[in-house]
Amino acid sequence: MTYDATNRMPQDAVLSVQDVDKTFTLHLQDSHQLPVLRGMTFDVPRGACVVLGGESGAGKSTVIKMVFGSYGADSGRILLRHQDSVMDLVTAQPRQVLAARRETVGYVSQFLRAVPRVPALDVVAEPLVERGVNRAAARERAGELLARLSIPERLWKLPPATFSGGEQQRVNIARGFIIERPLLLLDEPTASLDGRNRGVVIDLIRESLGHGTGMLAIFHDADVRDAVADLTVDVQSFTPVREEVLA
Amino acid sequence: MNNETPLLSVTGASHRYGERYGCRGVSFDLWPGEVLAVVGESGSGKSTLLGMLAQRLALDEGSIRYRTARQTSASGEGGASEDLLDLSTLSEREVRRLWRTDWGFVHQNAADGLRMHVSAGGNVGEPLMANGWRHFGQIRAEAEEWLRRVEIPTDRTDDAPTLFSGGMRQRVQVARNLVFGPRLVFMDEPTSGLDVSVQARLLDLIRSLVSELGLAVVIVTHDLAVARLISHRTLVMKDGAVIESGLTDRVLDDPQAAYTQLLVSSILQG
Repeated sequence: MTYDATNRMPQDAVLSVQDVDKTFTLHLQDSHQLPVLRGMTFDVPRGACVVLGGESGAGKSTVIKMVFGSYGADSGRILLRHQDSVMDLVTAQPRQVLAARRETVGYVSQFLRAVPRVPALDVVAEPLVERGVNRAAARERAGELLARLSIPERLWKLPPATFSGGEQQRVNIARGFIIERPLLLLDEPTASLDGRNRGVVIDLIRESLGHGTGMLAIFHDADVRDAVADLTVDVQSFTPVREEVLA
Repeated sequence: MNNETPLLSVTGASHRYGERYGCRGVSFDLWPGEVLAVVGESGSGKSTLLGMLAQRLALDEGSIRYRTARQTSASGEGGASEDLLDLSTLSEREVRRLWRTDWGFVHQNAADGLRMHVSAGGNVGEPLMANGWRHFGQIRAEAEEWLRRVEIPTDRTDDAPTLFSGGMRQRVQVARNLVFGPRLVFMDEPTSGLDVSVQARLLDLIRSLVSELGLAVVIVTHDLAVARLISHRTLVMKDGAVIESGLTDRVLDDPQAAYTQLLVSSILQG
């Protein structure tokens, strides 16, 4: 079902979103139907950064969450090139989505969901350890990234829950970039960073793109967007409410 | 044994209290390394489901299958190939063996899972003796190592759990249930009744041990935050039936059923 031969996607794409609809049903508000996306269609080519554009509330984060699997899609296909085959995330079983997250899809969200008590260094190193890299080597790599993002070494042993918003975000970024996966999702990763750290993030993004990672991103800052965007997808053109307004 | 065969496979499991179903038609598969949370309010059937899985309550309908090698008289462990075996076809002796070697159960109330007047070291060493360990020094060393892993100070090894705080008792219970290297652990509200900070410590400990050891876990909880922190998948139960299931973050972030939306919207924001 999931690895279906009919799951066709462009050869050079790592992600192909095809005709996806999404409506939220708010059962607590008289089952009010809130249509968010209709016929959402775009590809993310290898080594390219696709930026989602549109006003706040247009559904940009919804698109990212559907690709990550934390939101479901009502119909259409979200095809992901995963380990030499194609997985449709709309119909994939939970454990297939988990396998995709481990190997293929990385996600830097706006906020760090900090696990209590785990030191920042281990939060960052975890994706490498999960891949079987020994802890010492993983921590060394984590330390390099944290240093690059100007997190002082005295904080590395502390749980990030106690950090400032900007520091937490940089920990989140380090965690997202510590392994290179074929697809990286970025949801406003630079929203509360200063100019210097935004520059480091731009460099990290460019390096990953250079190694062939495809990216799907939402950027708050125009300077970051202009520096890395290869393509822009206007989410509003797939927003049903907008269509009605135009009609 | 391959990766595609689940460790535990439950199909249409039902239990009746007289004419009424306490739990009806529950089906799921669980693979090694997966943590499955069963959430719902009291009376939703989640404890009944756990009772059936742990063979404390009769399975009135459906089947529960577990991946293991059938023991053939004197052949012992090892060598034999593993299959999904229906638990109802296993002898009592085989089921007892599974509880000794393969399955753990962490109770909500530590007194139900520990021998309260036996030392912490004795509580953790006992399952090793049941598995044939005979050398006292080795048993004690292994028990101490596990108490260290659950953050019980070594100088408390000889104290009985009656002298411990609630959080420490639960950590001893976790050690007692992991020391013999099980593959599947059932947990019944292991953190409720503890202070919030103690809960966080226990949950983090469970989370890291489970991922280190690649355990499969079924954890029953009424607390969605617990499900979020340690589970991969979640079943939402109401009135004895599963009304929603899937990836934990999808169930909590994009709930479909009216009841799940109500549960999620009732979480206190910390």
